[in-house]
Amino acid sequence: MKLIAEHREVYGLMAEFEDPTSLVNATHKAYHEGYRRMDAYSPYPIEELHEALGSHHSRLPLIVLIGGLAGCIGGYLLQYWVSALAYPLNIGGKPLHSWPAFIPVTFECTILVAALSCVLGMLALNGLPQPYHPVFNVPRFALASRNRFFLCIESQDPKFDIEGTRRFLETLDPREVTTVAD
Amino acid sequence: MMADSLQPREEPRAAVTGGGTPPVIAPGHTFGTVTDKISSIVLTRRTPLWWYAGFGIVLMLSGLLLVSLTYLVFKGIGIWGNNVPVGWAFDITNFVWWIGIGHAGTLISAILLLLKQTWRTSINRFAEAMTLFAVASAGIFPLFHTGRPWLAYWLLPYPNTMNVWPQFRSPLVWDVFAVSTYATVSLLFWFVGLIPDLATLRDRSQSRVGRVIYGMLAMGWRGSARHWHRYETAYLLLAGLATPLVVSVHTVVSFDFAVGIVPGWHTTIFPPYFVAGAIYSGFAMVLTLAIPIRAAYALEDFITMRHLQNMAKVMLVTGLIVAYGYVTEAFIAWYSADKYESFMMLNRLFGPYKLAYWALLLCNVFIPQALWFKAVRTSVPALFVISLIVNVGMWLERFVIIVLSLHRDFLPSSWGNFAPTFWDWSTYLGTIGLFLTLLFLFLRFLPMISIFEMRTMLPEAKVEE
Repeated sequence: MKLIAEHREVYGLMAEFEDPTSLVNATHKAYHEGYRRMDAYSPYPIEELHEALGSHHSRLPLIVLIGGLAGCIGGYLLQYWVSALAYPLNIGGKPLHSWPAFIPVTFECTILVAALSCVLGMLALNGLPQPYHPVFNVPRFALASRNRFFLCIESQDPKFDIEGTRRFLETLDPREVTTVAD
Repeated sequence: MMADSLQPREEPRAAVTGGGTPPVIAPGHTFGTVTDKISSIVLTRRTPLWWYAGFGIVLMLSGLLLVSLTYLVFKGIGIWGNNVPVGWAFDITNFVWWIGIGHAGTLISAILLLLKQTWRTSINRFAEAMTLFAVASAGIFPLFHTGRPWLAYWLLPYPNTMNVWPQFRSPLVWDVFAVSTYATVSLLFWFVGLIPDLATLRDRSQSRVGRVIYGMLAMGWRGSARHWHRYETAYLLLAGLATPLVVSVHTVVSFDFAVGIVPGWHTTIFPPYFVAGAIYSGFAMVLTLAIPIRAAYALEDFITMRHLQNMAKVMLVTGLIVAYGYVTEAFIAWYSADKYESFMMLNRLFGPYKLAYWALLLCNVFIPQALWFKAVRTSVPALFVISLIVNVGMWLERFVIIVLSLHRDFLPSSWGNFAPTFWDWSTYLGTIGLFLTLLFLFLRFLPMISIFEMRTMLPEAKVEE
């Protein structure tokens, strides 16, 4: 608790790298050093980076599966209820529960709800939209969406120590290390 | 001296270029140059003069659409040439034509992504935009063909005081679900793809307005590795969902016809033949747009001959599938020994609209065979001309299917002819105007090539062990 109170005004320390390989290596080293509350930022997706952070599988596929099943069952039941119960019409002598005719709409509902839960689920798990985030306080962080690579160790990490962590980050051969204001 | 010849950058670059074929990205680009080149088109303060000229012209065509639709709502759909027995004519022809064009975007972004066709990266963004604008143009026709577009929401199932519900055994209701799902999923796919690039524009914009607008659209994207991981998962899942969707949409559109008993419509070849035709016309439209755009914005480094040649090959293959569809139609008309079917075929070949049918064969079957020759596939002007011809041919195909089957069906006493009116043409031209207006705005205000995906294709993007 003392550590957190001490560093409340500091969000973390950020090291800037010039190429993806340096960032992945630095992240590996920080992980082995025992740091966990950290994040790496890159201008394009890097598979190795996610592994280096020690992150696990995403829950997103499960959300999409549930969404798809909900759309599928909901779409079918809607058609069954409308055609057989709420508004029964005799169309060309077909049975009221003429299930083959319900397949196209069931399919479309499956895709629609699955796709919506995919996008909304991704944004929700990522915590977006997020109007403010401390990393943007670093002026050079604007290059994270162009051609620079950043590793930020957050002050919430139990091992975080403003002097010690800075010394550790300097050993990783970064372009520079900046303090991120909260 | 030895070190010079052992530059490590040469080898990965050869991997990108893939041997003898033209490269996907011209050599020599870095993260910085790719970002600057694509974002500068949007962030420049000096809009090119030709943009204003072109935008002015297409905006006038959009105005024509507004006038046509206003007059239509005022007078009723009698201002169009459709009448009994030809109840569907230009409106549904244009609807199917636009929806078909819309198929290339999702095909390029979803199916080619799953097939790991890296060349799709330079063209997927504007192909997806093209899809959205084509679907918007397509939607106008059935909406206004209802005659009372302000009641179009009656097509959707919702509890109402009339106690009436849609009739789910009708392919026209399936169409509502298929097209609206397609429009929604295409929009989601396009927007998700844009998020990281919007963040790039936010960080690079010089103006406050630009930073605020792109910033809001980017939703605080910061390129975190954890975010990227979920983002990539979401993108792949969306591609997996969009792939069966894109096939289903034109299948359902073809059911509008195939479920009817009209000669020339009631056939099982329709779903695959419509889907192939959609991809054919979609790629033709992508070529029609990509060739002038890459010249106007000097994007030859990113949209290379490799892209144009690959699209030409896709056109050749799907064109052959479409040609097979035509042959099957003719064969079944004869083999079924059904006199209405065989009359339908003879009527296409020698009836009052024979010119449309022969022109369709010329545009869709004969001229595109030139794409077998490498000299044609590597000639930009030739590809542009062929893509325009295929666009015309695919429009004629839908006209032939719809009007020629309706105007002479079973009873000669109920035959009739269709002739388009001024308002048929003005509405059609107007939707082309709307499509191009949206495209001009897109080119000016959003990155037309996916910047972050282009970064992943550069040799320096590889992480060395």
